[in-house]
Amino acid sequence: MKIGIPRALLFYEYSPLWIAFFSNLGAEVVLSEQTNKRVLHQGTQTTVDDACIPVKLYHGHVLNLKDKVDYIFVPRIMGVSKGDFICPKFCGIPEMIKNSLTDIPKMINTTIDFTKTDKHFNDTIIEIGKYITKDENKILSSYDSALSEFNLYKDKLKQGQLPTDTNNINIFESNNRKIMLMGHPYNIYDNFINMNVIKKLRDDQYDVITPEMIDDNITSEYALQYDGKIFWNFARKLIGSCLYEVEKKQIDGMIYICSFGCGIDSIVSEIVERRIRKANIPFMLITIDEHSGEAGFNTRLEAFTDMIKWRHNLENNLSTHG
Amino acid sequence: MKITFPHMGNTYITIKAILEELDIDVVCPPKCSKKTMELGTKYSPEFVCMPFKLNIGNYIEGIEKGADTIFMLTGCGPCRFGIFSSLQKEIMLDLGYKIDFITSDRFSNIEGLKEFYNLLNKASGKKGVFKILNTLKKGLKLLDEVDELNDLMNKVRPREIKKGEVDHLAIEFENEIITVQGFKASFALIDEYNQKLKSIEIDKDKDVIKIGIVGEIYTLIENYLNLNVEKKLGNMGVESHRSTTTSKFVRDTLDFIPLIRSDKKQVYKAASPYLATPVGGHGIHTIGNTLLYKEQGYDGIIHILPFTCMPEIVARSILPTIEREKDIPILTLVIDEMTGEGGYETRIEAFVDLLNKRREVKDYGKAISWN
Ligand code: SF4
Ligand code: SF4
Repeated sequence: MKIGIPRALLFYEYSPLWIAFFSNLGAEVVLSEQTNKRVLHQGTQTTVDDACIPVKLYHGHVLNLKDKVDYIFVPRIMGVSKGDFICPKFCGIPEMIKNSLTDIPKMINTTIDFTKTDKHFNDTIIEIGKYITKDENKILSSYDSALSEFNLYKDKLKQGQLPTDTNNINIFESNNRKIMLMGHPYNIYDNFINMNVIKKLRDDQYDVITPEMIDDNITSEYALQYDGKIFWNFARKLIGSCLYEVEKKQIDGMIYICSFGCGIDSIVSEIVERRIRKANIPFMLITIDEHSGEAGFNTRLEAFTDMIKWRHNLENNLSTHG
Repeated sequence: MKITFPHMGNTYITIKAILEELDIDVVCPPKCSKKTMELGTKYSPEFVCMPFKLNIGNYIEGIEKGADTIFMLTGCGPCRFGIFSSLQKEIMLDLGYKIDFITSDRFSNIEGLKEFYNLLNKASGKKGVFKILNTLKKGLKLLDEVDELNDLMNKVRPREIKKGEVDHLAIEFENEIITVQGFKASFALIDEYNQKLKSIEIDKDKDVIKIGIVGEIYTLIENYLNLNVEKKLGNMGVESHRSTTTSKFVRDTLDFIPLIRSDKKQVYKAASPYLATPVGGHGIHTIGNTLLYKEQGYDGIIHILPFTCMPEIVARSILPTIEREKDIPILTLVIDEMTGEGGYETRIEAFVDLLNKRREVKDYGKAISWN
């Protein structure tokens, strides 16, 4: 049996887990292509025009799997831990897909909701696995081994490897200047959407730090320092990362990649920008929409990295003269 | 301590009365206006939704009128919880205002309510449980009556014989309610206007078109934002009904308390064939109420949402299917700072024309089958 996974939204956080789980169960996993112009175009054509790019892309990626698989994995994600809130669009994505796309393969729409309790965790896993096998033990053991693999993967992220890297990298042992990339994982790790920013920064001898490299416990703890209770999972992660970096002083600049039309980004990016600027760390906000052009972006990026270099040279000069 | 608070349609009437009853000094910010919007837009993140921006404008205008404390209403859909008010606070402080903030996170559980009680008790100089509960209970009733008055206006307006009578009363009411203090005077004034509205001469047998209005709560009830859609429709001879109101919203949130009833279950159930779970904000209400209006024989639906409103975008992707399958015309109005009065009006007029034509065809069909 062929299971298709759209390379969009939470794919960028959970793909190793999902892929391993379905493969362990004996299914063949088919991923949609890397984001490209066609995928974006198809997504844009089929969604309401004021939807954010990531949701449009999700539609494009689902279409990309058409005729290639038996089932497409489109879970309804309500929240992954207690008291969590997540973007309304994740809760409604199965309906958005159903109502906007026609003639697509059957979907696996299992609801993933651990916001009140995780007592039914196993039931959720079994519900998904049942599409492939009736053997409940096999489903649970497939999940367990997928989870251990996933944990290993997450450890690697904490050393500074990006989800898109294939070789081992440990940036925390390097002396390169560090730039933090902020934003939704599906914006910062999709190289089409981020206009290849990671490669560009690395070619320029910068290391790239992302929120996924910081342990969730740490980010949650730092997020508590921010006024108010932060119910949004994503906001907690980003605000926590931001406050942590401000205190640790290990970054030389921050680039926030924001989706046009994202209500959460619009608030979180503002909070982060205010804190980063107060800490006197260079900050750049890039807002992505369908018309974002790479040329303009390159110019801004160069100006930004030049500015960081000048600042350093200036500081070095001052300290040798002083 | 002088408290100000953000506007949200007619809710100011109740908030003001509650605070007055508790002997708390209150400064009602000026009605939302172009100036409010401009202030809000200037100091808010560029792409944040409109309610956020108007809030900021309200705070500044409230402070200009002498307030030194801001009461933030944060429990408005998962969208806004917590973080909305934290950023607003930071913005106000960064602007250099020396002010205090009172926030209450959520009312949807006992702890949240206790917190809210403690806030009020402290601010009112320890009025005590009995007085405060009683005040809140009466407040809920006032909310209901204000919303009912609005419903009545929407019923009378399309049927009035002399055009403009309801609009005239509406303006008079607004001017007067802001000058009275406390529950007793507020209830009395509402009563008075109820009578006045009922004595307006109407065409009882007029067969009017009916439109249900669904969408994001703030935009639905803040006439400045929805460009007075109910008034416009009424004056085109259309009876409109807004699906979400503050009183319904408060009931939805508090219905874990025995004796407080809401129609949440009914709305969720109606929505279920098209949307299985709530998606935050009022997304599921938009779907559920659209279907309920259809059942009740409404002629059309207007869906109003602020630009970038997340839950309503989910609803918006589902509505075309309902429009097709249930044969009910739906007009979507996305509101942003640029929304021009002109373009908006033309679209509403065209929609009403369409509904009138559909009626004619339907009635004509009936007429033929009778002969
Ligand atoms: S969080 Fe923002 S970018 Fe992501 S789906 Fe929701 S609105 Fe779109
Ligand atoms: S429901 Fe819509 S308008 Fe209201 S806070 Fe959420 S995104 Fe903003």
